[in-house]
Amino acid sequence: MPQTALALEINTDLARRVLTDFIRSELGRFGFQRAVVGVSGGVDSALSCSLAAEALGPKNVLAVRMPYKTSAPDSYEDASLVIAATGVTEITAPITEMVDPLFERFPDADPVRRGNAMARTRMIVLYDQSAAFRGLVIGTGNKTEMLLGYTTLYGDAACAINPLGDLYKTQVRQLARAMGIAEKIVAKAPTADLWPGQTDEGELGFTYAEVDRLLLLLVDGRFSPQDCIRAGFDKTFVEDVLERIRRSQFKRVMPPIAKISSRTVGYDFLYSRDWGT
Amino acid sequence: MTALTLALAQVNTRLGDIDANLEKHLDLIREAEQKGADLIVFPELSLTGYVLQDLVPGLGRRPSADDPTFAPLLKASRRLDIVVGFVEGDERHRHTISAAYLSRGQHIHTHRKIYLPTYGLFDEGRFLASGEEVRAFDTRFGRFGLLICEDFWHVSPPYLLWLDGADLLLFISASPGRGLNRGPAPETARWVELVNQAYASLFTTFVAHTNRVGFEDGLNFCGGATLFDPNGELLARGPYFEEALVMAELDLGQLARTRSRLPLLRDERKGLMLRELKRILNEEPALRDEQGEDRATNSPRA
Repeated sequence: MPQTALALEINTDLARRVLTDFIRSELGRFGFQRAVVGVSGGVDSALSCSLAAEALGPKNVLAVRMPYKTSAPDSYEDASLVIAATGVTEITAPITEMVDPLFERFPDADPVRRGNAMARTRMIVLYDQSAAFRGLVIGTGNKTEMLLGYTTLYGDAACAINPLGDLYKTQVRQLARAMGIAEKIVAKAPTADLWPGQTDEGELGFTYAEVDRLLLLLVDGRFSPQDCIRAGFDKTFVEDVLERIRRSQFKRVMPPIAKISSRTVGYDFLYSRDWGT
Repeated sequence: MTALTLALAQVNTRLGDIDANLEKHLDLIREAEQKGADLIVFPELSLTGYVLQDLVPGLGRRPSADDPTFAPLLKASRRLDIVVGFVEGDERHRHTISAAYLSRGQHIHTHRKIYLPTYGLFDEGRFLASGEEVRAFDTRFGRFGLLICEDFWHVSPPYLLWLDGADLLLFISASPGRGLNRGPAPETARWVELVNQAYASLFTTFVAHTNRVGFEDGLNFCGGATLFDPNGELLARGPYFEEALVMAELDLGQLARTRSRLPLLRDERKGLMLRELKRILNEEPALRDEQGEDRATNSPRA
């Protein structure tokens, strides 16, 4: 690392305070006291669920388990651990019967298409439960996967508010440990669990611990790629990460609108979401 | 008078809802009065909220008795002095981020924010005009100065207020907390406190600061009001992230004691400063003309 005070380590008490206040405040401003979270058994959704339970009270949080027939049984069990530990309301809605007809219609669909279809089917279930439970969908996407674009647009990326979006994966793990989330969940290999044996780090080709150190310098520290290479990061690794960030910018912005009129949503019709609240 | 009881209000606001925010102001003014405050200070844009964007044109107010928002505030200022943050709209539809000092039913002073941060997460210069003056003003307690957030990140406005006679600098902010690391508060809170403490120490003056709390979308304003005395000692600090009325008592006699120990004000070379500043301006062609100055200060006229 270059000489810098930057560190991934965070004051977890402070982060917990800010994020629970954020959930309570922003839901309240939109007129809601309840939340819906998809709980997969992974650390990100375990943390979102725990934060929501702490912010709103466990009875006001609906955890939704949405296994597919090939989902690892461990995932289901770990999701149960989270639900039991937080005391939230829960429902299980398997997605197999929803997505299999699509796969039968397009049997040649590759794993990416299948994975995206599963992620978007889960989104449909969550938003349906959002209306039924009268709660808003809490996001589970962290800063690392948002920057790398390792997320499905309108799938797992879809949410009303996202408490984890400014925490790197390494920081998600820190906060999860501080909140008492089971070590089994925090320590296991992260996976989208879209096909058997899939792991994030296997697909990405690097570990979260490595890439978080690099992203901290590039994004938070505003160091140049050359600075990072001089500091010892592999040139190919730095270039790969930068290219992933550039290529996935479309996932981090609203779809562009072709400007025709003199006042256009997003360009010169500008209001905060919290307008009037 | 040698003692002054200050109430630093850390408030959340409703975005663009002046009536609701005014109600909260009047409630807090009553509470501060009951606690014996002589002066209550509200944060930047306390009557409107901060991320206003296209809401700005509808929110302009003027600190006069014929303004429906200011009439009740002026009335309340008969009981204790009030600093309030608002969007000021002039007769030609220009809007500034302003702060008014009200006392004994009168409007005493308005400061219009000079430095509008338009970088990073800030976009003030896009929607608002910047102020053009730095002036200290007399109150029933002594001579004060008033600045808004980015104004005190530039050393010149506090410096000018010091030379213009201000013995209490009132700083008000809507500062989102950011830069969470291992520390007990966000990095930005630490920076603000360092800067406030530095001014108190370098200018041997009192420096009071208050800051918004609450969320606007994902921005969380972090509170943490402070009061530093002329020795740079911390006299009071408000909590982070929560609404509070932070009470602090100033012994204005400390100005005399500190300045007899450390006569920085007496020895300040204003003439030398001016000569050298003129030389620097003359040597920098880009700064020589008014147009250049406008560009440098991000004036909306540019």
